[in-house]
Amino acid sequence: MREVNLEINEGEFVVLAGRSGCGKSTLLRCFNGLIPHFYDGEMIGKVEVCGLDTRQHPPYILSQYAGMVFQNPDNQLFALTVEADVAFALENLSFPRDEIKERVDQALKIMGIEELRDKSTLELSGGQKQKVAIASILAMHPKILLLDEPTSSLDPFSAKQLIDTIISLNQKHRITILIAEHRLEMLLPYASRIIIIDNGRIVLDGNPREILEKYDVIPYGVSVPRIVKVVMHLKKTLNNSLIPWTPLSVEEFVDIIRRWEEK
Amino acid sequence: MIIFENVEYVYPNGFKALNRINLEVNSGEVVALMGENGAGKTTLLKHLNGLLKPTSGRVLIDGVDTRHSTVASLSRKVGIVFQNAEDMFFSPTIQEEIAFALNNFHFPGDVIRKRVDWALKFMELEEYREKSPFLLSGGEKKRLALAIILAWSPDIVALDEPTVGQDILQKEKMIQIIRQANQQGKTIIISSHDVEFIAELKPRIILMSKGRIVRDGPSEEVLTDISILQECRLLPPQIVSLTSKLDFLGLKPKLARPEEVANEIARRVRHLVNYS
Repeated sequence: MREVNLEINEGEFVVLAGRSGCGKSTLLRCFNGLIPHFYDGEMIGKVEVCGLDTRQHPPYILSQYAGMVFQNPDNQLFALTVEADVAFALENLSFPRDEIKERVDQALKIMGIEELRDKSTLELSGGQKQKVAIASILAMHPKILLLDEPTSSLDPFSAKQLIDTIISLNQKHRITILIAEHRLEMLLPYASRIIIIDNGRIVLDGNPREILEKYDVIPYGVSVPRIVKVVMHLKKTLNNSLIPWTPLSVEEFVDIIRRWEEK
Repeated sequence: MIIFENVEYVYPNGFKALNRINLEVNSGEVVALMGENGAGKTTLLKHLNGLLKPTSGRVLIDGVDTRHSTVASLSRKVGIVFQNAEDMFFSPTIQEEIAFALNNFHFPGDVIRKRVDWALKFMELEEYREKSPFLLSGGEKKRLALAIILAWSPDIVALDEPTVGQDILQKEKMIQIIRQANQQGKTIIISSHDVEFIAELKPRIILMSKGRIVRDGPSEEVLTDISILQECRLLPPQIVSLTSKLDFLGLKPKLARPEEVANEIARRVRHLVNYS
């Protein structure tokens, strides 16, 4: 990371994008204290999460505010049953038994995986494992969810389901989302902000629609959704007033065209 | 040529991963195996070099029945790049990693040096040749795994989920590499559920679900058949999903470049606007 200055507000849905190795994961690890406490190396500057200086507070405290979901759920799950996995961190922090039960129930419910409660985590599909990983974090009642390419090993259907759940965590439960992900076509319509990182620096930061309208982001390794490419080309060939804003999903685009047709 | 004849494969725990697979792949073809996690794609790939032998039926690689051959001898013909590239690495340096198989296949020393240099250059890894393979980034590890295989130049190159964790620039590079290898006459078999990547590459597609082949045809046909894709828990490429929803403009689901689709929409819209 180089000269990173950043402020993220409560309730934002932030997508981190950029080529592999650009610093997305490093940035995410700064928010739950894995950096500077767990990883070697030197951190200059200061990171504050929910008012806590990450240098002064250990990861087990910070992770109650900002929970991380990694790329490979197998690295995150280890208990014998789904329920035990979701309860693990709370048990470790000596929460009272009743409260653990209540929070586990609630987390399983939010993720829609109550029926998996007694299953072994070894029996689950990749998508189910990622949902359990998220549930175990939700049980901590974090304000922020950090996700590091959570869908990369999932098939498209499971990926879409997981992303839909993440979107509803933001919209219904007001959890701040910071997600590094290559499948932008599924995320951008719902993201309030995209931060593009290149070589450790933040090179672009703003509303996804505006960023994609104004800048060529492909050189930064950002995959522009095909629909946006169609729209950009259409704007060049047709009168701009026909497409007053840039749709980010097929549905938004089809809506605009339907309106012309009705006119 | 690759032939699967009535192949079934049952794992020791009783799970039937392949169910009556009949398949022919000609030399020089580019084929993608697509389907959800657990459809049987990787199990099928592992039959190509004899890592797995059919429980019933047979697999012929250029006429050789894999049941009567060893992985070592089949590997001379078939190279598999696994999803987790790191599983393939164990040498202290990248150049030794590439040279390992060549040594094992008893290539002469000067040929080994030339092949290693060529592979490092082709995969843009020259600057790291003395480094440990484990120090590479995810994308570079994938390229190294491919370099190892291409160095001994097997006729058939199989890639298991080559785009997982890769950014768009690395995916474009992967497409170039696959096309180049194919132009050199190699048969390429890819397992993938990355529909946008496959839509760009446009190979012959074999759609798998629950151990069976449910569809086999050109990309233009398979990727525009939205209902069969959904049955296999795949989503259509965004362009196909767009064109399928613009039926009211007279568009049909199709696989095309964004510019072509934009031009077609523009034509139809001008038509509409002129009328109003």
